[in-house]
Amino acid sequence: MLESADVDELVERAKAGDHLAFEQLVRLTYTDTYTLAYRLVGDEEDARDVVQETYLRAHKGLKRFRGDAQFSTWLHRITANCANTYLGRRGRHSHDLLPDDPVIADLNPQRDPEQRVGLGDLRDQLSAALLELPPKLRAVVVLRDIYDLPHETIADQLGITESAAKVRLHRARKRLRERLYPLGEEEEARAV
Amino acid sequence: MRCESVSLQLAEIADGLNRLPLDAERHVESCLRCQAELVQYRRLLRALTSLRGHYLAPDDGLLEDILAALRPPATVHRLHRRSRKAAYLGGIAAAATAGAAGAIVIASRLAARQSLAS
Repeated sequence: MLESADVDELVERAKAGDHLAFEQLVRLTYTDTYTLAYRLVGDEEDARDVVQETYLRAHKGLKRFRGDAQFSTWLHRITANCANTYLGRRGRHSHDLLPDDPVIADLNPQRDPEQRVGLGDLRDQLSAALLELPPKLRAVVVLRDIYDLPHETIADQLGITESAAKVRLHRARKRLRERLYPLGEEEEARAV
Repeated sequence: MRCESVSLQLAEIADGLNRLPLDAERHVESCLRCQAELVQYRRLLRALTSLRGHYLAPDDGLLEDILAALRPPATVHRLHRRSRKAAYLGGIAAAATAGAAGAIVIASRLAARQSLAS
């Protein structure tokens, strides 16, 4: 893994027109960008399109990157924006609308999944639960709780108000908790 | 205060950045159900954070596709120019070869006719 200073140097060279430096930045970051894109759009093919669009925009807008944030954070913002545009377009052309409140499957009502499975399995369950969320809720919780973007940035990239972003975040967290920890009231009380 | 009215607020304060209003805080202090829910939110946030270092592997070819899309127009033009030049040269070479082959065939037929006539 390259140090931040190396990335900074590549960014400076790319800004000065060094195409190979930008290619190197792509090589270093495309897996991360793809992972975020997939988590946002929930489909491999769509994620590939979002990633390509992200790098085209990043390449075009690189001169405007001032270095206030890390290069990876800047890329995450562009990815979020591209995914949002993509989902908006897909929503307009889709005839199969996603249900706003999907049925939540009960994994195991008797026990805490964290005790029942290892961290890898919990990650898998969480990844699956994220994909079950409506895209609008999913985008906010992914950007805030996984990628640590500030509310203001998330709202900006998704084209919503900051308070709407917060409300979506809390609703998303609530649904994920209900999906992963579907304990009965009494058992919850005993679990403390 | 009822648990239902605190529930969404727990989702809000689980990351530790905000505090509950005083009445909600008092309720949680005395309510095992809400305390358990708060614990679950904190576990959920830890699990979400752990996903940050967990990367998905894209299909083969994505990197090449990205780099191809980013290739500067000058390079593309240069490549096009090069391939056009190669196509011209190939065409000329093919035409020359075909011409030479034709000439050999005609010459051999003429030679055959002359030998038959003599």
